[in-house]
Amino acid sequence: MEALDAQSIEALFEPWFISYQELEAPSVAVSKLNRQQQDFALRWVEVLSGMNDELAYQCLLNIPTAFARMPEETIEQWIVQAMDLYDRKGLMGSVRHLVDIDNFIALYEKRLYSLYLDEVTEVLSRFIHGLSGRSLKLAQSDQGIFTDTETLFLPEILHELPERQDNFILYKAMLVHQWAQLWFGTWRVDIASITNAYPEPKKALLLFHYLELTRLDARTAHELPGLYREMVRLKKHFKEDCTLETSHREKLTALSATVQDSVAVLAECYGKTEPIQCCYQGVLNTDAVRETQTLRLEKEKRIFRMGLFDELSEIEETPERLNERFSAQKIEDSEAPDGFTMMLELDGKPMPLPESMKTTLNSIVQDLGDIPPEYLEAAGPGAYPAELLEKEDPANVWTGTYHEEGAFIYNEWDFQRRHYKKNWCALRELEVTPVYDDFVQKTLNKHHGLIISLRKTFEALRGEDKNLKRQPDGETIDIDALVEAYADKELGMEMTQNLFVRRHKVDRNIAVLFMVDMSGSTKGWINDAERESLILLCEALESLGDRYAIYGFSGNTRKRCEIYKIKSFSERYDNDVKAKISGIKAQDYTRMGVAIRHFSKLLLEVDAKVRMLVTLSDGKPDDYDNYRGQYGIEDTRQALVEARRNHIHSFCITIDETANDYLPHMYGAANYIVIDDVPKLPLKVSDIYRKLTT
Amino acid sequence: MDAREIKTDEYYVTEEPYYETVADEVEVFEAAYKNQLPVLLKGPTGCGKTRFMEYMAWRLKRPLITVSCHDDLTTSDLVGRFLITGGQTEWVDGPLAMAVKAGGICYLDEVVEARKDTMVVIHPLGDDRRVLPIEKLGHVLEASEDFCLAISYNPGYQSVLKDLKQSTRQRFIALEFDYPTAETEQKIIEKESGIEPEMARRLVKFAKMTRNLKGNGLDEGASTRLLVHAAKLMVTGIAPVTACRSAIAQALTDEADMLAAVDELSGSVF
Repeated sequence: MEALDAQSIEALFEPWFISYQELEAPSVAVSKLNRQQQDFALRWVEVLSGMNDELAYQCLLNIPTAFARMPEETIEQWIVQAMDLYDRKGLMGSVRHLVDIDNFIALYEKRLYSLYLDEVTEVLSRFIHGLSGRSLKLAQSDQGIFTDTETLFLPEILHELPERQDNFILYKAMLVHQWAQLWFGTWRVDIASITNAYPEPKKALLLFHYLELTRLDARTAHELPGLYREMVRLKKHFKEDCTLETSHREKLTALSATVQDSVAVLAECYGKTEPIQCCYQGVLNTDAVRETQTLRLEKEKRIFRMGLFDELSEIEETPERLNERFSAQKIEDSEAPDGFTMMLELDGKPMPLPESMKTTLNSIVQDLGDIPPEYLEAAGPGAYPAELLEKEDPANVWTGTYHEEGAFIYNEWDFQRRHYKKNWCALRELEVTPVYDDFVQKTLNKHHGLIISLRKTFEALRGEDKNLKRQPDGETIDIDALVEAYADKELGMEMTQNLFVRRHKVDRNIAVLFMVDMSGSTKGWINDAERESLILLCEALESLGDRYAIYGFSGNTRKRCEIYKIKSFSERYDNDVKAKISGIKAQDYTRMGVAIRHFSKLLLEVDAKVRMLVTLSDGKPDDYDNYRGQYGIEDTRQALVEARRNHIHSFCITIDETANDYLPHMYGAANYIVIDDVPKLPLKVSDIYRKLTT
Repeated sequence: MDAREIKTDEYYVTEEPYYETVADEVEVFEAAYKNQLPVLLKGPTGCGKTRFMEYMAWRLKRPLITVSCHDDLTTSDLVGRFLITGGQTEWVDGPLAMAVKAGGICYLDEVVEARKDTMVVIHPLGDDRRVLPIEKLGHVLEASEDFCLAISYNPGYQSVLKDLKQSTRQRFIALEFDYPTAETEQKIIEKESGIEPEMARRLVKFAKMTRNLKGNGLDEGASTRLLVHAAKLMVTGIAPVTACRSAIAQALTDEADMLAAVDELSGSVF
C-alpha cells in the first residue's frame, strides 16, 4: 500500500487533539515513513490520545526519530513503558521518557542483564521475612538505598553488573546490609548528633558508615556465610579494598563488637582513614530514621504497657498494683544478635507472652537493646486509642486523607495496550449494614410452596450414602453375591471375587461464591428480586450442605472498588446474614474485573474440589473512569480467564436482554443464562444452581 | 537388616528409640497411662509425635499399633470385618480391636484426616467405659487393663473441615508438642544423622528462617524430621544447598517465588 501524504495524515489526527497542538510539522514527518510504519504510529497515537492528548502529542513528535533509531518491537516497548509511567507517575514522567529516546535505548540495550525491582520483589520480600527481626517492607526509591527502620528502599532497576544473576545478588546484598543495620543495632545511637560533633559532619557520617559496614559485614559473614561469600565476590568486582588499620579492623570485626565500638573507632581514625564506598552500602538516612523511630518508640511503648495491663487483668480481676511488678530478665541465647533474649517476669515468676506482645517486645529490644524500666509499668485501664491499632478502617478512606491501608491492590487488563495496568485498582472489603426488618419473613411467606419443593429437590441431591454391591472389598459380605458364587462353583465355573458390600459416601465438596451486582442500576425491583433470590438460594443451599459465600460488588472509579460481605464461607446462615441480605442496597457502578479477581482469591483460599463463581448481574461492566464499552468487557473477560486458569468455574445469571451480545465473549457460550422476566429470578436462581452442580 | 513379618498386635519396640525429652511429656503420659486416660498429641508435623509414641511403647513395654488415618478410613477398617475363607465367613479383628484385646497402645495418627463418622467409634473407648462395641458380632469388647488409646492431630491446618470435634477432643489428656529449642534440635540432628555440629547449627538456623515465613506464604516451617533428612543427604555427600532444596524447600511449597526465596535463604546460611 502507498504511504499516506501529510494532508490526509493531519486529517486523521485532527479529531484526537485539541486545537492548539500544532499538527502540520509532525504530519509531514510521519508522511515520510512507509505505510506500515504510518499505520503503527497512527494506531498507537490513537490509543495514547484516549489516555491523555499531551502524551499522544509527545509520542507523535518523537515517533519519527524513534523509527530512525529502533526496530518496531522496541518502539512498542518504548510506548508501553510510557503508558506505565503515565499510570504510575503522571504526565511529567512519561513525557520525559518519550523525549529522552537516548536514555531509553541505553537502558534497552542493557535489558538482557538489567533487573527490575518489580521482577524480584516477591522473592526478596519473602527472603527478608525469613531473616529474623521486625517485619520489614520493601519499596522502590529514587533517593538511593536506605532504610527508615521499617521500610527498606531499593533502586528501581539494577544494571551495574553484566549478568542478571549478579544484579540479583547485588539487590540481595543491599537488602541484607540494611537489615543488618537494624538487626545488629546501628540505629541504637543517635548518629546525627555524633557526626555533627565533627568539623565536617558529612565526612564523619561517611566514615562512620564505612566502619559500620566493616562491623556488619563481619556479623553477616558469621550469620549468613553463604551470602557473604557472594558479597565478597561483588566487592572484588568493584575492586573495593579495606583501608582500615589492622587494630581498628580487628576491633570492629570481633563478634562482640557493637555500634559503640564504631563510635569509638570513628574518634580514633577521623581524618586519618579514607572511607571507601561499597557497592551495596547505600546511605545512612538519619532524618528518615529519626522520624520513623520516634513515632514507633512512642507507639510501641504505649502498646506494650497496655498489653501488660491486659495480661495482668487476665490473672487478677482488678489488679491491685500496677507498678514494680514486672521485671525483664536477660536469658543467654547465642543465636540472638546481642547474645541474649528478653523474658518477662511477673512478681518474680516467668510469664509467657502472647505472640503479639512478643513481637512488640522484640521490636523494642531491637531499637533500644534493652527494656527500659518505664516500659515495665502497666498502663491503667482503658481502651486502646484508635491511632495505636495497626489497621485503618477501610470504610474511612474517604473521610480523612486517602490511604491504601487495608486495601487490596489488583492489576487491570487494558485490551488496547495488550498489557496489564499494574496495581491499578484499590479494592476494599466492606460490610453491608444489616437491616432487621420483615423482608426475609415476607419472602419466606411469599414463596412458601416453592421453598418446600426446593428443599426437597436439594435434599435429593445431597450426598446420599449408597451401598455398592459386588465389590472386591468392603465392610460387609454381599450374601447374594456369595450364594451366586457358590452356585457358580458347584457348576464348575470360576468364583468371582466381588463378594462385598461397600458403603459409598458421596462427597460433594463444592464451594460456591455468589457475586451480586449492587450497582446503581439495580435500584428498585431488580434489587428486590436479587434479595429474594438470595433468600431462596440460602434456604436451598442450607439443605444441600455446599459451602457458599455471598458478596456484593460495586465501585466508583479504580481507587474505590468496593465489595460488600454478606456471608463469608465460614459464617453460618443466621439472623445477621438474613438482615444483611435484607440490607443490600444499590450503590454506584459495576467494575467487574477487580471484583472477580478478588473473589477468585477468596475462592482459592477455600479447600474444595470444585470451586464456582456465580454472578448475578443486570448489565455490562461499567464504571465512571472509562471502564465501559469494550474496555470493561475485555478486562472482565481477562479476569475470568485468570479464574479459569485457577480451575474456578464461572457462570453468569443476568437479566440484561442484550446480554447475548457480550456475555458469550466474557463467560463462554454455555456459561450464562438470560432471564427475561425479573420476578421469576428467585424461582430460577436455585434451579440453575441445581443444574450446574449435578 | 532383613525384612521381618510381625503380627500387628505383637509389634513391640525392643530397642530404645532415640527420643530427646522436651518438657515433662514422659511423666504426664505415664500418669495418664496409669489412670487409663486416653492421650491426644497436638503439634505440627515432623516434630516428634510418632517418635514419642514409639519411645513410650518401649518404656511401657506394650505393643504399639499405629493406624495412619485417611479420609476413606471406615469403622470396619478399625474394628474388624467378616471375610470369606473356605466357604465360611470368618471375623477378622481390625487394629483397634486387636489393641483392645492385646492390651496394646493404639495410636491413631493424624486423626482429623479420618471421616467424622469413623471417629465416633472411639468415643466409648475414650471415656471411663473403656469398651469397644462390635455391632456386627453383637457384642461389646471390654478393654484390657493395659490398653491405651492415643491420637495425634495438627492444629496448624486451619481448615474447618479438619478440626477435631469437641465431643472427641474433650475425652483426652492433651500433650502439646512444638519444635524443640535450638540446642535440642541441633542435638537431635547430630544424633540422627551423624552430621558435624556446625552444619547442624546452620540447619537449625535455616529452619528458624522458614518458620519465620509461616503464615507469610508457607503453611508450615521446616520440621525437625525434614532437617534430619537434609542432614542425612549432606552426610552422604550432597552439597548443603542442594540437600536443603530437595529435602526441605520442595517439601514445604510448590510456589515458584517461595521456592526461590527459601533457596536464597539456604544459600545464605551455607
